[in-house]
Amino acid sequence: MKTNFITAVVTSIAAGSVATTSLAQMTEIGEGEGALSIVAWAGYVERGETDPNFDWVTGFEEATGCMVSVKTANTSDEMVALMNEGGFDLVTASGDASLRMIAGNRVQPINIDLVPSWSTVDDRLKEAPWHTVDGTHYGVPYMWGPNVLMYNTEVFAEAPTSWNVVFEETTLGDGESNSGRVQAYDGPIHIADAAMYLMYHQPDLGITDPYELTQDQYNAALDLLRVQRGLVSRYWHDAFIQIDDFKNEGMAASGSWPFQVNLLQADGVPVASVIPQEGATGWADTTMLHVDSEHPNCAYMWFEHQLASNLQSDLSVWFGAVPSVPAACSDGRGMQTQEGCDANGLDQFEKIKFWKTPVTNCESQDECVPYYRWVSDYIGVIGGR
Amino acid sequence: MSAATDTLTARDGVSTRLSDTLWRRPKLLLVLLLLPPVLWLGIIYLGSLFALLLQSFFSIDHFSGLINYEFTLRTYAELFTPANFDIIVRTVTMAACTTLASAVIAFPIACYAARFAKGRWRAVFYLGIMMPLWSSYLVKIYAWKLILAKEGILTWALEGLHLNWLLDAYLALPVVGGNSLSVSTTGTFIVFVYVWMPFMILPIQAALERVPVSMLEASGDLGARPGQTFRHVLFPLALPGIVAGSIFTFSLTLGDYIIPQIIGTSRLFIGQAVYQHQGIAGNIPLAAAFAVVPIVIMGVYLYIAKRMGAFDAL
Repeated sequence: MKTNFITAVVTSIAAGSVATTSLAQMTEIGEGEGALSIVAWAGYVERGETDPNFDWVTGFEEATGCMVSVKTANTSDEMVALMNEGGFDLVTASGDASLRMIAGNRVQPINIDLVPSWSTVDDRLKEAPWHTVDGTHYGVPYMWGPNVLMYNTEVFAEAPTSWNVVFEETTLGDGESNSGRVQAYDGPIHIADAAMYLMYHQPDLGITDPYELTQDQYNAALDLLRVQRGLVSRYWHDAFIQIDDFKNEGMAASGSWPFQVNLLQADGVPVASVIPQEGATGWADTTMLHVDSEHPNCAYMWFEHQLASNLQSDLSVWFGAVPSVPAACSDGRGMQTQEGCDANGLDQFEKIKFWKTPVTNCESQDECVPYYRWVSDYIGVIGGR
Repeated sequence: MSAATDTLTARDGVSTRLSDTLWRRPKLLLVLLLLPPVLWLGIIYLGSLFALLLQSFFSIDHFSGLINYEFTLRTYAELFTPANFDIIVRTVTMAACTTLASAVIAFPIACYAARFAKGRWRAVFYLGIMMPLWSSYLVKIYAWKLILAKEGILTWALEGLHLNWLLDAYLALPVVGGNSLSVSTTGTFIVFVYVWMPFMILPIQAALERVPVSMLEASGDLGARPGQTFRHVLFPLALPGIVAGSIFTFSLTLGDYIIPQIIGTSRLFIGQAVYQHQGIAGNIPLAAAFAVVPIVIMGVYLYIAKRMGAFDAL
């Protein structure tokens, strides 16, 4: 704790002096520094240790001499905290973390001219607002995917068409109520799922973007979540506890990631997933470079590697996600196929509301409810307030 | 090394002179011996505690997640918002219930182990009580998750006994009930009581072993009924042991963040709030303020415990 505190003080002093230089971006790539540390989601940076078929690190290390070390983070907030602490080079940040790090001067602008494969990036992602601020790029797209509705195929003869099965009390296909048999994500960003549901079902609220909510719209979303609290026995936080709950607690439906769906199906549990009529929230992750990175050359080599190697293709199979380079779906550089990409949501891009940080000065409204309120209010909702 | 053998020559050599100095100045020796542990206690223990306390007087910039290093009491005020205050009340209530239940269950077990178990059975009893402490804490909690799950062992057993209506009726109750035991407050409570039980049994057993049998006999000879002997002789003499055990169960429940995360209603406890605000939200000031709550509560608790004589026997 003490050392942490000293580091924090030193960093905050150092941050003042670095702030001026931090805005300069790299102009050329030099020799690799021999090391690269990445803050990543679980399963995002694999070196064949979990499954020998999934390895997109050893090739990079052999080619560049940059030895990769990974620090796994479970939530976006954890990623921001780690990057604020410092000592890392790259982070695979979702949209609800990236803007916060840009605002906090924790990441540096990226010179896309130094990344030869930038042109192959999905056009829909090149200028995405979660990593581009005022025309300046702060990262290179990594991977994206939807938060799907996972359901038990024995309870639902047909795929549910609406998220109402997890938001409002209904009778499910097997004639019993959904109360106690659904789950929701244990993170404040889940408020956006409720807002997206209201956007479709209560158009008179005037929600145009589930991450930009006025006080009234926000209150309506919280009210819906309070109804949901009555239905949800346990909020899921850890992907593996959710997997266990679908096996042992008789769960019928929940918002989830393709990751859990794949693992449960591989285990023979009767589940499937769908993107209902209201659409879905989703994540679009961007690799960003720390402002005080000690290995920027290796980092730029990684940017090129993540776009050009088997990474995009194999990671999308591993995680059930969609590559940021569309060509990776079909050009045989890895295991992914066009059918696989389509199944993971390649064509659903428009239906997905990507995670981004709610801010006070939002675009679509005069004033929106900022993220810290989401955090404290969601703790309150789960606590029964 | 002639100096060592010939006491008449001047005593030189660094180690010899050092030992002479220390012999002449025993206080210096004391200081040198005490310095490392005091530094350890002062810097590592109290220093970190002080750093923690200091953090709680800072605040956080809610958008960038960076900390403002300016003195403020705002973070403490945040503790009293309804949602946060709920967390404190919930945790303290759970800690109190766990402690009470542990004491009630532990007393007869400790009593038997201390007074009636003889020879080999005594050893078996000690082993039985200690055994849960030797296996991994996480394994035990996951095992309980499977026992209490909706499709778990307990439900299965009750179905076999045609008693599941009893469980359903209990789960239908507000507050303590839920969809299944593993997602109810009761489940959290059961696992807390199970996990901390040895910490309650052992001090009570130690206290009971010190009560002379002759006192209980004297009480009986003077005409006290067994109940009166218990109330007026055995219980007061065992009370320091119960209080000592309750310090463990109470403080361990106050700080735990793993059990309520795996078993329970997803409503936060203090430990989880600290973990989430520090590790996930990066809100170190609020996490520090939350961490101060158990310190304050335990301070008050220890003061009361001292008044009740819990430390007299130490």
